[in-house]
Amino acid sequence: MAFLEPLAFIVLFAVAVGLFSKKAAAIRRNILLGQKESINDQPARRFKNMLLLALGQKKMFHNPLVAILHLWVYAGFIIINIEIVEIIIDGLTGAHRIFFPLIPSLYPYLINSFEVLAFLVLVACIIFLVRRNAMPIKRFLSNDLAGWPRTDANFILITEIVLMSLFLLMNASDTLLQQRAVGHYADRLTGNFILSSLLHEGLHSFSDQTLIVMERASWWLHIVGILAFLNYLPYSKHLHIVLAFPNAYYARLAPAGKMENMPSIQQEVLYAMQPELAPADAAAPQRFGARDVNDLSWKNLLDAYSCTECGRCSAACPARQTGKLLSPRKIMMDTRDRLEEVGRQIDDKQPWQEDGKSLLHSYISTEELMACTTCNACVEACPVSINPLDIILQLRRNLVMEESKTPAEWAALFSNVENNFAPWKFSPDDRDSWTRSV
Amino acid sequence: MHVPTVAELIAQGKSPEILFWVGCAGSFDQRAQRVTKAFAQILDQVEINYAILGKEECCTGDPARRAGNEFLFQLMAYQNIQVLNGYGIKKIVTTCPHCFNTLKNEYPELGGNYEVIHHTTLLQQLINEGRIKLKGGGTFAGKKIVYHDSCYLGRANGIYEAPREILEWLDADLVEMKRCRSNGLCCGAGGAQMFKEEEKGDTRINTERSKEALATGAGIIAAACPFCNTMLSDGVKLAEKEEQVQVLDVAELIASQLTK
Repeated sequence: MAFLEPLAFIVLFAVAVGLFSKKAAAIRRNILLGQKESINDQPARRFKNMLLLALGQKKMFHNPLVAILHLWVYAGFIIINIEIVEIIIDGLTGAHRIFFPLIPSLYPYLINSFEVLAFLVLVACIIFLVRRNAMPIKRFLSNDLAGWPRTDANFILITEIVLMSLFLLMNASDTLLQQRAVGHYADRLTGNFILSSLLHEGLHSFSDQTLIVMERASWWLHIVGILAFLNYLPYSKHLHIVLAFPNAYYARLAPAGKMENMPSIQQEVLYAMQPELAPADAAAPQRFGARDVNDLSWKNLLDAYSCTECGRCSAACPARQTGKLLSPRKIMMDTRDRLEEVGRQIDDKQPWQEDGKSLLHSYISTEELMACTTCNACVEACPVSINPLDIILQLRRNLVMEESKTPAEWAALFSNVENNFAPWKFSPDDRDSWTRSV
Repeated sequence: MHVPTVAELIAQGKSPEILFWVGCAGSFDQRAQRVTKAFAQILDQVEINYAILGKEECCTGDPARRAGNEFLFQLMAYQNIQVLNGYGIKKIVTTCPHCFNTLKNEYPELGGNYEVIHHTTLLQQLINEGRIKLKGGGTFAGKKIVYHDSCYLGRANGIYEAPREILEWLDADLVEMKRCRSNGLCCGAGGAQMFKEEEKGDTRINTERSKEALATGAGIIAAACPFCNTMLSDGVKLAEKEEQVQVLDVAELIASQLTK
């Protein structure tokens, strides 16, 4: 019956990796529903951005305390995953602590450092839970997070606490069984570990059999938990731990004030001014700005999947800070929700058919778009290089150019610029009248 | 003092070394005109070979583009680039961060390639070169001045230091708001908001920002953008502090201290 455990593990592992790959492919497909945009200039600068912003979490350090806690969770979670390699090999082969005989002198140091990290992750996650749920921090109290997003965030933190506790409990029961020279545990005398040994006090009263069950249960729950978490990731805000990297790499490098050009309209205006340049078959642009997710660039869609809903953008937004409806975080969450909806429709009935909905109006209202001052505070604030402003401006373009939906004051602005070459109704002849009184 | 136009210089067989792009606010808005005049005085006094386009200048298209009207933006850009390229303009200075951003970042793609600088950068250069000199000890010595970052200068183009260095050169006691530099709070005018009523909310953005500036206790709020200037002046008025606190452009501060 010794083959049963590895067999169960192989099946579980294959299913988990298979499901994750399927969802990852669907996300990739969804992102590529966006408009093509070539972003591959200046690779050295992009690589540097990735190291500084994604790996180094540079922007998190605006609040050093939070940044350090976040770094514990992040570094802890990544580094402890080295231990997962051993767990997976053990699982596949039915071995126990397969790395120990290979590196007997190094092994305790490794596990000790993992235990310290696990403890730091645990502590940080508890602090984060308290911050999120019991402290008056506006961006966490916001309505943006009503319902599922708030649950999602808490679920992630609780899962990490549980996983780290299981890791410590597994080591504690294992090392106690070693001391008692029980079964195969006696073959891998790693010695006590720095933190899990502190749990021995509470475990002494248990029988060998109970400890074996505890060790096995912790081992299984730990790895099952991790595989489940892997599959939860793509449905959750937690996907940022992966996508922050490509998102930082592909972040725009142009000055933040530069708006994306629309070459099709540039051409139209050129042909209107110089008709001799217009080709006979010049076609009018099909779409002005963005109405739905597939009108946005693939980078906008990658942004949406990279968002971890932290709300630093909205906390910095002048419109949000003064109680307007606009919230840059909600713009990103809406974009992802709509993209997921479109994705599900493609899964159901290929190819995607119009469903009478769109990102503009069905998700994001005119009032939200009209409140933006294009100040770039949201772009500056984002720790994972997301640009909500770019989406807002593309939707505004659609609103104004396709729907001709514009506030009356802006209609007057357009008319003044067109006729008087200034946003106010002054005669162009008076443009230099100030020079007469210098 | 005579303000030369490019057309005038060309007719005399000359050309300006630098074009002063006045912008719509600087040309028409009464408050912004004072900034325009102050800056022109400085240019005149340090004997820079400059000129304006005069009646040939059009809106850069910035508010139209940000309001979503790309057609109108392209139309304005086309006309301006025709004029600028026609005159062979190489270098432009402007007192408006919005014009600055559009001319510098958005015109090159459309065929308009110029060296574009904001007036705070030029003023800082002139100070560093010793071409602008302080009158006596300067009337701002030790005075508390708070600088408000314009979004289109700061976050949009990374210019945070030039205006601050000028204020320090004036020997002012430069103080900062909590939300400053890359965390600066917008005045509320950007993205064509200047030209429409704010959406409904708890308070106006300029009220919020002016309150923050007033809370520093500074007697002068320094700005470097005609729209920020308007928004903050309105906020100061609303707080009934216009008797005690002035909102002034960096160029006005310098012009008032010129030796001549």
